[in-house]
Amino acid sequence: MSSDKFLECKNLTLAYDNHVAVEQVSFSLNKGDYLYIVGENGSGKSTLIKGILNLLPAKQGEIKFFESRNVGYLPQQTSVQRDFPASVNEVVLSGCLDRTKMLPFYNAKDRQKAKSAIDYLKIAHLAKKSFRELSGGERQRVLLARALCCEGSLLVLDEPVNGLDPIATNEMYELILQLNQEKKITVIMISHDIESALKYADKILHMEKRVLFFGSTSAYVNSSAGAAFLHKHCHGGESHD
Amino acid sequence: MTDIIIRALVVGILVSLCSSLLGVPLVLKRYSMIGDGLSHVAFGAMSVALALNAAPLPVALPIVVLSAVLLLRMGEKTKIRGDAAIALIAGTSLAIGVIAARLSGGTNIDINSYMFGSIWGVEKGDLYLCVPLAAIVLICFAVFYNIIFAVTFDENFASARGLNVGAYNMLLALLTALTVVVGMRLVGTLLISSLIIFPSISAMRVLKSFKGVILCAGILSVVCFSVGIFVTYLVDIPTGAGIVVVNAVMFFLFSLYGKFVKIH
Repeated sequence: MSSDKFLECKNLTLAYDNHVAVEQVSFSLNKGDYLYIVGENGSGKSTLIKGILNLLPAKQGEIKFFESRNVGYLPQQTSVQRDFPASVNEVVLSGCLDRTKMLPFYNAKDRQKAKSAIDYLKIAHLAKKSFRELSGGERQRVLLARALCCEGSLLVLDEPVNGLDPIATNEMYELILQLNQEKKITVIMISHDIESALKYADKILHMEKRVLFFGSTSAYVNSSAGAAFLHKHCHGGESHD
Repeated sequence: MTDIIIRALVVGILVSLCSSLLGVPLVLKRYSMIGDGLSHVAFGAMSVALALNAAPLPVALPIVVLSAVLLLRMGEKTKIRGDAAIALIAGTSLAIGVIAARLSGGTNIDINSYMFGSIWGVEKGDLYLCVPLAAIVLICFAVFYNIIFAVTFDENFASARGLNVGAYNMLLALLTALTVVVGMRLVGTLLISSLIIFPSISAMRVLKSFKGVILCAGILSVVCFSVGIFVTYLVDIPTGAGIVVVNAVMFFLFSLYGKFVKIH
């Protein structure tokens, strides 16, 4: 892996009004890194993502991108989307929109981008179907295709396997890994699934408003924060039926 | 006589189109009550205007637009939830309207015509206001169609792409305000929200894509208007109410079709 610096977060503090959700967070990523952000609910993972996506201004500190700040984003699905009448084509194409366009219309290049994203994720057979008739796994693929249309060198995913069955979960993880390795896309993923983090991540950022741990996955397993978290969340740590 | 018919048809078709197109994103975003709330505001403003002997539409327009802005702000920024905010503003406006009507000498014909619509009473002056407003709504909708889709489908993604989601929500509310004011003439303040909601939910029963739903809602709305105005012309019943009933019947038929053909 190359060691070109991709992104650097320095003493980043993010807050909603007066409520500080992320405090003094520092970490840096190289191009092509695969980062998992883990932590309990309310530990500021989603807020940090908002900061990276430029949706929340930094109260203190900074986030520095060493390339263009063009980010593909896979947000969590919302209740609005559950019965939304939209064809897969329409959803994927909407990934081509951005603020730099004078007029918000799609051109031939956009359609080509959407088509190659659809082909790459092998969902061409779904293209004319409605988003609301798809399975959970198919929907996530469609939203991933939309994120690919942004042609960003960074992909940000917010709990992408939430609510998926084990087979779809596995497929999703393999797809993301494929994007990371084939297209050299840097990946930042929020997840509760610590086992997949150990399997796929290069680096782990464990948050509890501040940084409890940041470093390579192998170092995480041996750290005190990692050991405690693993004990609590790993299947080996508790008895499961 | 032909003038009256032409004016009625022009205003009717424009209002049907505007309301049905806007209805699609409003219903999907769970904002459909905003039309209802704004129509109550329109009623209040119109009552006050009539009490003061002013022209109703020019008075109602800025007030309804202002309320649309206020409603969105209340829903987003304050601790009052969106639906509660709509109910508060709607109730207050209705109360003010009723008081204004009473103080000006009881419910008169004009107030009645704005509550339930009087498509045959569309005057030249109304036309000069309605046509440009409707044109603004239709042009904005066409130009920003893709962004309206993106923001309706996924606000989080849209804002991560750098789109100003707040501004587009505001645009939607403003266009709705214009449509409500123009629609007061056609079906009246009390029924305009049905014109916003019915065509889009009917279309959603049957069609799968956003574009399909938009086109179907627009066509359906114009058809319902045409059938409604024709039938109510033959049988002497209120036109606005008749159009809404035609819409309700179509919704029933579309739902049946959707069930049998198994769209989902």
